Amino acid sequence: MERKVHVQTTINGEAAEFLCEPRQSLLECLREILSLTGTKEGCNDGNCGACTVTMDGRIVTSCLVLGVEAQGSEITTIEGVARGNELHPLQKAFLEEAALQCGICTPGFIVAAKTLLDQEPHPTEERIRWWLANNLCRCTGYDKIVKAVQKAAAEVNQ
Amino acid sequence: MKWFDYQAPRTVGEAVEAMTLHPTARALAGGTDLLVQMRAGRRTPDLIVDIKKIPELNELRYEPGAGLTLGAAVPCYRIYNDAAVSRAYPSLAEVANIIGGTQIQGRASIGGNLCNAAPSADAIPLLIALGATCRVTGPNGERTMAVSDFCTAPGQNSLEAGELLVSIHLPETPAGGGARYLRFIPRNEMDIAVAGAGVAVVLENGHIQSARIALSAVAPTPLPVDASALAGLAPDEGALRKAGEIAAAAAKPITDMRGTADYRRHLCSVLTRRALASAIAAAKETK
Repeated sequence: MERKVHVQTTINGEAAEFLCEPRQSLLECLREILSLTGTKEGCNDGNCGACTVTMDGRIVTSCLVLGVEAQGSEITTIEGVARGNELHPLQKAFLEEAALQCGICTPGFIVAAKTLLDQEPHPTEERIRWWLANNLCRCTGYDKIVKAVQKAAAEVNQ
Repeated sequence: MKWFDYQAPRTVGEAVEAMTLHPTARALAGGTDLLVQMRAGRRTPDLIVDIKKIPELNELRYEPGAGLTLGAAVPCYRIYNDAAVSRAYPSLAEVANIIGGTQIQGRASIGGNLCNAAPSADAIPLLIALGATCRVTGPNGERTMAVSDFCTAPGQNSLEAGELLVSIHLPETPAGGGARYLRFIPRNEMDIAVAGAGVAVVLENGHIQSARIALSAVAPTPLPVDASALAGLAPDEGALRKAGEIAAAAAKPITDMRGTADYRRHLCSVLTRRALASAIAAAKETK
């Protein structure tokens, strides 16, 4: 029988619940049901990383997670990165280093990079590049993104 | 995506029951292959059975002497973050770290890589070389089979209706044993192998006691290669050359957008030779 599923989860630190079809991806649930449109859809098959969110502390491409799988888990999206009006050092560094142009990939890069800095405060450039290999950017050529992450790492560690 | 129902059972028995009742059901581990295929309409299950809530499918346990039990749903990151696995099976930890990128490794499992049965699967040649077996449970009970017998055609495996891959078992690395998987991709990461070679070797008294080779992306399934001709040889340049020749002769590659058949055959020779050299170096350290 075609019935929607009631999902209870935690999003950006707050309890959240929604009704979804089992076939809806977490990305669709975030954007279309919960109106959290900061998370972007790029390729919709796991290659580009634009839809990156964290699920129980690990980064995932939310296009390859079913919304129903969020039951009981903790999700963080780009909307949960800043503290109120205070941008996260990564967000500031992306602006200051002009690490974006069209901006579609940016939420995914910031969520992915934040998870790296949360667990490894001093990543090497090589480590940053490998960690972000699942995030594609067709505008910047990556150098500015890597510099922004390095700059944010230095600030986080001050 | 076509409508499907979703269940997340807590036991293997419940999962098998659900999959038996729904012959088109598919098990969901990381979903990094399955959801892509469903979105493209290549698979249309009426039920998705999420197996990640089942304790046995999340088991990752190394017992010295007995080997490694790797639950079918264990995601790649848990494998390469596990100190005991990284010590006992460094080649497995390395393979888990080259499948997809960070996001994929947070979800994708080696069990899923095996069930997906892609000819280019990176983990399968190494599992075959390491002599891995699979534990399968279904409506008619449990059976054990060699990983080398598991894949039957591109995207097809030997699971019968209602059957579930529970875990993969790797035997203990013998003294003097070493292994390595190498692949060729045009980029540094996030790509599908043009060809790959998994090699395991055991050295004894300065000679090759036994060697196993399996290849990826050069046959309809990951391809076990008869490497018995290497037994008894000194682990030197001659053995490496011989291994490369054996692999190139066994490969049955096709020409497609990733490479020509000739190029792939050449890659088999080069990759097998390098993987064997690396496995020999690792074996000398485990002595």
